[in-house]
Amino acid sequence: MSSVDRQQRSRTARRRVRASLARRRRRERLFRAAGLLATAAGLAFLGMFFASLIAKGASAFVQTHVLLDVETPVAALIDPVDPVGQADPIDLIDPVDPDALVNDSLRELFPLVTSRNDRRQLARLLSIDAGESVRRALVAAGAEAGTRLSIWVPAAATVDMLSKGQLDPDVEERLRPLSDVQIAWVAQLKGEGRLKKRFNSALFTNGDSREPELAGIRGALMGSFYMLLVTMALAFPIGVAAAVYLEEFAPRNRWSAPFGRLIEVNINNLAAVPSIVFGLLGLAVFIDWLALPRSAPLVGGLVLSLLTLPVIIIASRAAIQSVSPSIREAALALGASRMQMVFHHILPQALPGVLTGTIIGMSRALGETAPLLMIGMVAFIVDIPGGFTDPATALPVQIYLWADTPEPAFAERTSAAILVLLGFLLVMNLAAVVIRQRMENKV
Amino acid sequence: MNDPNVIEPGGVEASADGPGDPGRRSDTVSPRSAVAEQITEFGRIPVGNVRCEDPFIIAENVNAYYGDIHAIRNVTLEIAKSEVIALIGPSGCGKTTFIRCLNRMNDSVEHARVTGRITLDGQDIYERGLDPVVLRARIGMVFQKPNPFPKSVYDNVAYGPRIHGLAADRAELDDIVHGSLERAGLLKEVKDRLDEPGTELSGGQQQRLCIARTIAVNPEVILMDEPCSALDPIATARIEDLIDELAEDYAIVIVTHSMQQAARVSRRVAYFHLGMLVEVDETDRIFTNPQHKLTEDYITGRIG
Ligand SMILES: Nc1ncnc2c1ncn2[C@@H]1O[C@H](COP(=O)(O)OP(=O)(O)OP(=O)(O)O)[C@@H](O)[C@H]1O
Ligand SMILES: [Mg+2]
Repeated sequence: MSSVDRQQRSRTARRRVRASLARRRRRERLFRAAGLLATAAGLAFLGMFFASLIAKGASAFVQTHVLLDVETPVAALIDPVDPVGQADPIDLIDPVDPDALVNDSLRELFPLVTSRNDRRQLARLLSIDAGESVRRALVAAGAEAGTRLSIWVPAAATVDMLSKGQLDPDVEERLRPLSDVQIAWVAQLKGEGRLKKRFNSALFTNGDSREPELAGIRGALMGSFYMLLVTMALAFPIGVAAAVYLEEFAPRNRWSAPFGRLIEVNINNLAAVPSIVFGLLGLAVFIDWLALPRSAPLVGGLVLSLLTLPVIIIASRAAIQSVSPSIREAALALGASRMQMVFHHILPQALPGVLTGTIIGMSRALGETAPLLMIGMVAFIVDIPGGFTDPATALPVQIYLWADTPEPAFAERTSAAILVLLGFLLVMNLAAVVIRQRMENKV
Repeated sequence: MNDPNVIEPGGVEASADGPGDPGRRSDTVSPRSAVAEQITEFGRIPVGNVRCEDPFIIAENVNAYYGDIHAIRNVTLEIAKSEVIALIGPSGCGKTTFIRCLNRMNDSVEHARVTGRITLDGQDIYERGLDPVVLRARIGMVFQKPNPFPKSVYDNVAYGPRIHGLAADRAELDDIVHGSLERAGLLKEVKDRLDEPGTELSGGQQQRLCIARTIAVNPEVILMDEPCSALDPIATARIEDLIDELAEDYAIVIVTHSMQQAARVSRRVAYFHLGMLVEVDETDRIFTNPQHKLTEDYITGRIG
């Protein structure tokens, strides 16, 4: 080949490369644009989801309160929960009903309202819990008899909705829960500065209630907490132990290899089984057969650990597999036993992956609803559970229950509960990321 | 336990056991009598002398398989108490496989199977009931790729003594760690970095750390699989000095691709080819006057 030929050929080659370069660049641009579009679409949906939740739920974190002036009574107050409790016997001679104090205070505020019916309507502006708040405030203040105290008491849900603009005062009177005069009274209270939206602490300190202004997620949170404790205590050690056994100790010779594969397929399958099936299993085994209590976090936790177990096993196995084989060999060649190799080298290195898997499994357990419905954790429970066998619900079940309530005031609380749940999930998943990064940087 | 190794006592191997090794039947041999010579397409091998005086490790008729791959074919070799023996041969000829048979590292390889008889100081190392942990405390191994633990330099070296309970207290452990690092020629460089991760040392330092880690357990034999393949000439020279020094107390089996290295450090050389041991002899004899055609071709650069 002459040198002219060679030059000719390399020129053609250069031209072809240039031509193909343009094509390659165009493809890359297209691919990038598509990826960007997909990411943007995903983020947009996420943004819409959060925006609508926050728009609906944010208002539930505040609650309308009414300022009442109450005079500390001479006699002891009746504790509606414990009428003859620790109260002093002398005080019991003429105990005072806190509801009466509330009514007195209202009468003072609205001296012109005299008819029995109007007075009843007036009282309905306040939550039925108003008396109890007054009692608690008085006990807390411990003031001398005869002192006047100003106390913020929760307003009724209807007033709350009116002041949050969720109730249209322009619709026909008989179609709305507040009458014209009630609306006028609310306006008057507002004018006097006695109507204010304050932080809704009831949402975080109360259990469920029929009255929206009293309903809180504390009970559901505690239920979820106890359940996750059970799940964590069971699924983490069992899952990690199973993963270690399957990866490091299970026999792998010609005869047992098919069993290993069978187990692997089954575990993967288990991770995909609809959660309601685990609920049915829990109902049959834990409640019917083992006679464990219904609606208890103990049973919920057992069911959820069945549910998270495959997730933890799969994640832990992957983490263990990813530990470099040269580390195994180094340990074995030094005379470490298999057990020492696993506990001194494999597990410490696999730990970030194992913990990430566990947290992801746990956050799935936290958000799980269906299996809990099967084992009776869907009841209306006012009391805050104090242990593993007390009747309880879980946060997602509470959301389901509230979403099902016809009362409109529960709508915003449903969104608020969802926001709280998402907050917890966010924290857990963030922890997974942080743990992963921290540990990987360290190693 | 998955113990894929089928060991026939006395080195008898049924011919059915040897796929890719058709029709060969070995008779019962007493360990010290017959040399397991075989007639192959390369003629009668091995040539030279597989025996040695005062043998410490005796491998008799060792065969190793990975599934259907017959990686070591009927190898018989003796290794003396304080000698350096170099294993050479083209890539894939089974050098690594052979030394991994000596400390039973092939136990943890799926599908791996070893037959034949290997004794260490008269003790059959594949004997049923023998714990490989004890064996590996006596036979240390340094790998081709440095593989320090992702722990501090100190913990890397202290790991072996710790798991075997070699040090009574912290002071003794300190002594062992410092002594081992010193002997590995690393102490000066890492004296102030004992708490830093061993994985952050340079490649050559890592390899010397691995050697220090191995000698900290005080083994009687050290297997080295191409310990210098990733090192620069200076680090290589250091490790060769170290081998010279260690050879006073230890039996050292070193796999290497460098003829010069084999010539420098070893007393004997074994040439492997396609899983077979072709020639074993004194180092100068092999390099000056190889008996077998394959050995000659290899050391003069015609194969490999
Ligand atoms: N884990 C394994 N599974 C299957 N076959 C293997 C395995 N390890 C090695 N072999 C095979 O065994 C034969 C010998 O391999 P070995 O690693 O012992 O060679 P080597 O002499 O050390 O080569 P090199 O000089 O390249 O390191 C090769 O054919 C290889 O493919
Ligand atoms: Mg090799």
